[in-house]
Formats: sequence, structure tokens, C-alpha cells
Amino acid sequence: MRTAFIEQLIVEARRNPSIFLIVGDLGYSVVEPFAAEFPRRFLNAGVAEQNMTGLAAGLASEGHHVFTYSIGNFATMRCLEQIRNDVCYHRYPVTVVAVGAGMSYGNQGMSHHCVQDIGCLRGLPHMTILSPADAKAAKACVRWLAENPSPAYLRIGKAGEPVVHAAEPSLDGPCQIVAHDGETAIVGTGPILAEAVAAAEQLNQAGRSVDVWAMTRLAPARAIDVGVLARYNRIITVEEHVAAGGLGEIIRSRLGAHRDLRSLCVPESLEAVCGSQAALRRQAGIDAIAIVRAVICSGPFAADAGAGGA
Amino acid sequence: MSRSMPISVAELASRARCHVARMVHRANASHIGGCFSLADILAVLYGEALDHRPEDPTWQERDRVILSKGHAAAALYAVLAESNYFAIEELQQYGQDGSRLLTHVSHGVPGVEFSTGSLGHGLPVACGKALAAKRSGWAWRTFALLSDGELDEGSNWEAILFAGHHRLGRLTAIIDYNKIQSFGTLSEVLDLHPLADKFRAFRWDVAEVNGHDHSKLCEALAGRRPADAPPLAVIAHTVKGKGVDFMEHRLKYHYSAPRSGEQLQEVLRQLERTE
Repeated sequence: MRTAFIEQLIVEARRNPSIFLIVGDLGYSVVEPFAAEFPRRFLNAGVAEQNMTGLAAGLASEGHHVFTYSIGNFATMRCLEQIRNDVCYHRYPVTVVAVGAGMSYGNQGMSHHCVQDIGCLRGLPHMTILSPADAKAAKACVRWLAENPSPAYLRIGKAGEPVVHAAEPSLDGPCQIVAHDGETAIVGTGPILAEAVAAAEQLNQAGRSVDVWAMTRLAPARAIDVGVLARYNRIITVEEHVAAGGLGEIIRSRLGAHRDLRSLCVPESLEAVCGSQAALRRQAGIDAIAIVRAVICSGPFAADAGAGGA
Repeated sequence: MSRSMPISVAELASRARCHVARMVHRANASHIGGCFSLADILAVLYGEALDHRPEDPTWQERDRVILSKGHAAAALYAVLAESNYFAIEELQQYGQDGSRLLTHVSHGVPGVEFSTGSLGHGLPVACGKALAAKRSGWAWRTFALLSDGELDEGSNWEAILFAGHHRLGRLTAIIDYNKIQSFGTLSEVLDLHPLADKFRAFRWDVAEVNGHDHSKLCEALAGRRPADAPPLAVIAHTVKGKGVDFMEHRLKYHYSAPRSGEQLQEVLRQLERTE
């Protein structure tokens, strides 16, 4: 997904001379093509994210559309007040790009796990949040951002995420990626949608029809129309993020008192256990198996599943 | 009404202090001490050193000023109004309900480039502006006005390291070095001494001046340095509460306003201007 991001940014930079990329001493083997083609619109700010974000605001105030790039928490929480005050309050066109959505960094541990970011950023003024599931969606996001300069956050994975979109998704609302005319919808955001698709395949093969929807744009709230989800009797949300401020809250707030809505998300306190992303998703109860269990354990099939569930 | 005839830097500084006293009194606001320590610096900038057009606040070739010590907004508003950016009468709205004159500096006010309030934000943004100018070959300068206490913030040292490395020659940081921060003196809380050496170690040029000496400030702030020179730190030694004997060097006037009408009149009398 990182590569898709930089490839599309290069495409946009060729036709838009205002685009400027700042990295926080990260991006090895990813951003070099941009730096080579646009040396005067590229900057490595060093390991200094507060300054990086202030620089971005200053450059944006003089006409640039700036993208800052670093690992999840470094690009966001380390400099949250700069994003809030310098970028959002002034409504400058700065896109914060965080690589390593969710637990992409696996065994590198909690410092690199990006699971509170959406909640931290959702309430900021004028902020757009884009959370693509795969490389196709990432490219659509970069194109949209180039056409809609504003304060924004782009949350991308690392590399090798399975492709779940048949085509580049629209960002105008939920995008259906598994259509089985089901009564249950699984709604996810970001690379975790690959788990949702895997779960749906198992469930649909077993005769329990479920659909899967991808939510790519998560803010601003006024841009989110989830009306297409209202027809489902049951909705399971899944996200590689804690409950606070995440997708489950967003869907719940938009649909009101839906009769059966469950959210699978990352617990607020995970044990300090070393694990791959797959292992950590399993531990958190957000992998395909957990999604299958959640679907079975909600609604009329619940008796089949026995104890457990998410 | 707007001022129509040019006035001297000294008169501009004096009027600014008097406006600040009335504004802070009316709003029962804080930060009069830091406004008074900064008043001469602002007067020299807007009255002498800056290339600017009050009638066209967004003129592309203007010098940029970022007030990073945003709590001194009253002093900047007063100087901007006296410089014809907006009507002097509007200063009465400072801190009042519905006013655009927020007590921390706001970019909604003509002539204000950037809103601040939380410390440590202005210099990184100023670096971004200076970098934009340098890479585009624009000649305008960027000035960032910082408090001394604000240098406790690590973000400033990220920016100081950056500006020295990138030789942002058209960037000037002015430190209002009044030696008193929010809850004590610098020597008690976090001493910056030796401040000039710190900037030099980060590859800046440094000018140390009396921050109330207009000719010395003019000397330090005038002229356009080469774009590829080291950035310049003007360490302006100032007095918190400058101009009013019972306010000078007093932490109390980081917080307190002239409470009574009588006290305001005494302040104005000492500032050599009465209502």
C-alpha cells in the first residue's frame, strides 16, 4: 500500500506543482522515486515530528499542498497539537500520512501499533480521514486528496495487503465489496477488511448470507451517508482500532439504535505479547475466525455457536 | 478613526503600551507584562524594519511576522491598528464577546499571519514559510517572535536545529528575553543561560541587544540578509512590565490587569499619556 501511495502521489505531483512531501526520516525504499523526480518539493525533516508538522503548515500557508509521512503514531499523536492548531484551525491543505495502520508493525510492539489514531483525529476541525483497505483504495484516496486540498489524514498499511476492491472505490459512502444479498452486513475500514472478506467467504459457503462493506472515508461526519446499511437486520463492524472514536462508534451514531449492531475492535489494553499482525489480530478478536463467530453468535444462529464470540 | 500621519517608532511604542493598558483593563485580561516587554520590538518592526502594506495585508511580497508568544496579542493588535491595518476604535473590542480580537493572537485580524497561544508553535511554521521562500527564490523575510519561557518547548529546538542546518538566511527569531516565565524566573524554573551560545551551537548568527533601545533594534532587524546565510537570532534583553514601575520585573503582571480606574490612570500617567 505504501508503494501505491507514492506512485499515485508522483502522478499527482506531475500535474500539480504545489504538491510537497515531507518525511520524518522514514520512507526507505518507498519515497525515493518522489525525491528523485521532485527534489525541490521533497524534504526529510529529520526525527522531529512537531517541527515537521509546523513546517507543513508554513509551507501550506505559502501555497503548497503538503503531505507529511511517518509511522502511525509518530505522524499523528507525537504532533497532535500541531495538527490541531497549525493545520486544522487554519484550514491548511496538509495531509498527514501514517504508515502502519493498526498492528501492521506486528512484533515491533505497542510503540508502533496505530490503534487510537482515528479517535484522536476525528474531532479536529475540518479534518478528513481516509482509511483505505488496499492499494486500489489508497490510489483513489491520493487522487481524491489532490483534488480536494484540505486538512486530512491518510491511514495506510504497509505492504502486501490483499486486494479486496474490484475497482477503485468511491469515497462518498460505504462501498460494497462482497454482495450476497444477505441480512447481515460486515462493515470494516482499512486493511482489516481482508479478514472480513475471508470470514464472509466462509459464512456464505456455509449458507449464511452476509455482505461486506468498506468504509474508506470516516470524517468529516457530514460526508458520511450510511443509509445503504439501514436495510440490514444485523451489522458487525470490524476495525483494527480501539472502540473509542472508531468505526463502530461512527456507524452506531449514524444509524441510531439499530436493533443488532456489534463491534469488533482492539481491546484498550493488549498484553505485551510478541506477535505477527495475524497473531495480534487473532489475540484481539478481530480476525476472520472472530468475525465468523460474531456473525453466528448474533441473531438467530446464536444457539449454534455455543459460548464465546467477540 | 485611523492614524493618517506617520509617527515615530517611539510614539508608536508609547501609544501601543497605552492601548494595551486600556484593552487589558477593560477585558480584565492577563499578560500585560509580556505585552510591555514586547512593545518596542513590535514598534521597531512595524514602524521601521518591515516591508509591508497595511492597506494590502496579504501583499505577496510582504515580510511575514509570526507572533509565537500569542499571549501578547494585545500589543500586536495595538501596533497593527496604529499602523492602519484596522480602526483603532476596534481595540475596545479586545476580549469582548463576539469580537475577532481574541486574547491569544488570531489570524482573523487583518495583518496577523498565524494564530498561536500554545507555546512552541510559531518557529516551526516560520521555518516552513522561510523554506517556501528560499526554494521559490522569493525575497521576503520571516520573523518569529518568541518568549523566553517558550524556549522550554522542545519543538523550538527541533526548529532551531532545522533552520541552522538548512541555512534559512531570511529567517529571524526574536527572543523577548524578559527573564520571567509563567510561574517563576527563568533562573528558578529552567535557565536558558547561555542562550546566545546555544543558538550559535545550532549554527545561527546571534545579535544581543537591549530590547527597548530602538536604534539598536533597528540595527539588528533592518536589511535583507543573503538567502543562504545562517538564520539570525535577535536576543532582545527586555523588562517584563516595561514602563510602569510597579509592574516591572513582576511575575504578578503575567496575570493581573490594572484593576481600578485609578490604577489605569496611574499606568497611563507613567506611560506619559493620559486619557
